[in-house]
Amino acid sequence: MVASSRADAAHIDYLLHLADNAVVLGQRNGEWCGHGPVLEEDIAMTNMSLDLIGQARMLYQHVATLIGDGATEDSLAYFRDAQVFRNYTLLELPHHGALVGYALDNRDYAVTIVRNFLYSSLMLLVWERLQNSSDTQLAAIAAKSIKEVRYHVRHAGDWLVRLGDGTSESHDKAQAALNHLMPYTQEFWSASDFESGVATNGVGVDITSLRNAWEMQLQDTLSEATLQMPTAGGFITTGKQQVHSEHLTFLLEEMQSLARRHPEGVW
Amino acid sequence: MNGLTTTSRAPKSTAQAGGKAASEILSEIWRALETLTDPEIPVVSLREMGILRDVRGDALHGFEVVITPTYSGCPAMEQIHDDVLATMQQLGHNASVVTQLAPAWTTDWMTAEAHEKLRAYGIAPPLACALSSTQADASDSTTHVLTFARRSATNQKIACPQCASDNTTEISHFGSTACKALYKCLACLETFDYFKPY
Repeated sequence: MVASSRADAAHIDYLLHLADNAVVLGQRNGEWCGHGPVLEEDIAMTNMSLDLIGQARMLYQHVATLIGDGATEDSLAYFRDAQVFRNYTLLELPHHGALVGYALDNRDYAVTIVRNFLYSSLMLLVWERLQNSSDTQLAAIAAKSIKEVRYHVRHAGDWLVRLGDGTSESHDKAQAALNHLMPYTQEFWSASDFESGVATNGVGVDITSLRNAWEMQLQDTLSEATLQMPTAGGFITTGKQQVHSEHLTFLLEEMQSLARRHPEGVW
Repeated sequence: MNGLTTTSRAPKSTAQAGGKAASEILSEIWRALETLTDPEIPVVSLREMGILRDVRGDALHGFEVVITPTYSGCPAMEQIHDDVLATMQQLGHNASVVTQLAPAWTTDWMTAEAHEKLRAYGIAPPLACALSSTQADASDSTTHVLTFARRSATNQKIACPQCASDNTTEISHFGSTACKALYKCLACLETFDYFKPY
């Protein structure tokens, strides 16, 4: 079955957006495997990556069933290029601020924690709504994912408070990470065509309607963390509309190279 | 990575049930599947964990065994899938394994026997989801979703599986697997895994 109407295309694009978000952040956070600041955090980060990759698998499997034509979860994850991915730009950024020369150097755990908090607190609201999606398989995936994202928010929230309300150095790093990442959250609220499409047909949620609740949650945690909410201004990124930063290509190259060098390999 | 459904083809002769009543065959299957344990926690069976949901069908048309994943990314699911299929093959049945997402697995489905076995194995069993602040707060109204976020589960008393003291503290939200948190007992000073409510 090929997506025949605009509504179908929006449905597929929306599922891919959710799946790409999960797989890209799962891959990015997986970079901490073996490099975590402490052993417990190394384990926590990889466990959460596992959750995200599991969610991505369920979503890709669902898309593969809908589009047919030989598509599989693997073909969708490993054989699509950066310019068709629909993840938020926020999720592909390296684990450091803007002014570092090499993507794999100088990882800053504050960036990791702040990003996880900004994204997982959004997904808490999204998965909650998607449990009522008219797409019953998506609703089933949402009912599982929300159980997992609750722990992700708790983890990131606890660390945000610990860093923000910690030493002056950890406070400054957390604030810098927040100032760096906050502008990227503008992309959450600039609704795209496919998001408008699924908002009207009951498959998805009207993302813009979640903004107040999200900001209140953020403000609440930032106050306890003694951090200042930065103003989110400037350029609005467009990852979900398939125009990405340079970082996604490097991330996907690492993730996809094995499958591409050994097509149809099994292990 | 495999798809949602896989079918086993049993040798034709053994698929004949030899005139056994359908209910007898089904209980035979349940007995055989009862020997399958969670690959990560080999003391509890798949049924006790709530992973094995249903067996349906008959000897003539084949059986469908329904399993449900625990965590989305749980790497044990593939092994569980293969174990179920192999067991059905050994019994000589045509069978397929169906992975069903809804209703979503919850630790509340774990049986009382499973709780006891976990404890004896050194893992503190999960509190009921309704008692877990994580679950209760999040399902409420949207503006209060994050009230649980700032502090860890200090108000929840998790008893140490070694010495039964509830003078314990959480070391890390995530333990040896995604489904467990790492705790320390302040009475006997041993660390232990806590199976988190899900």
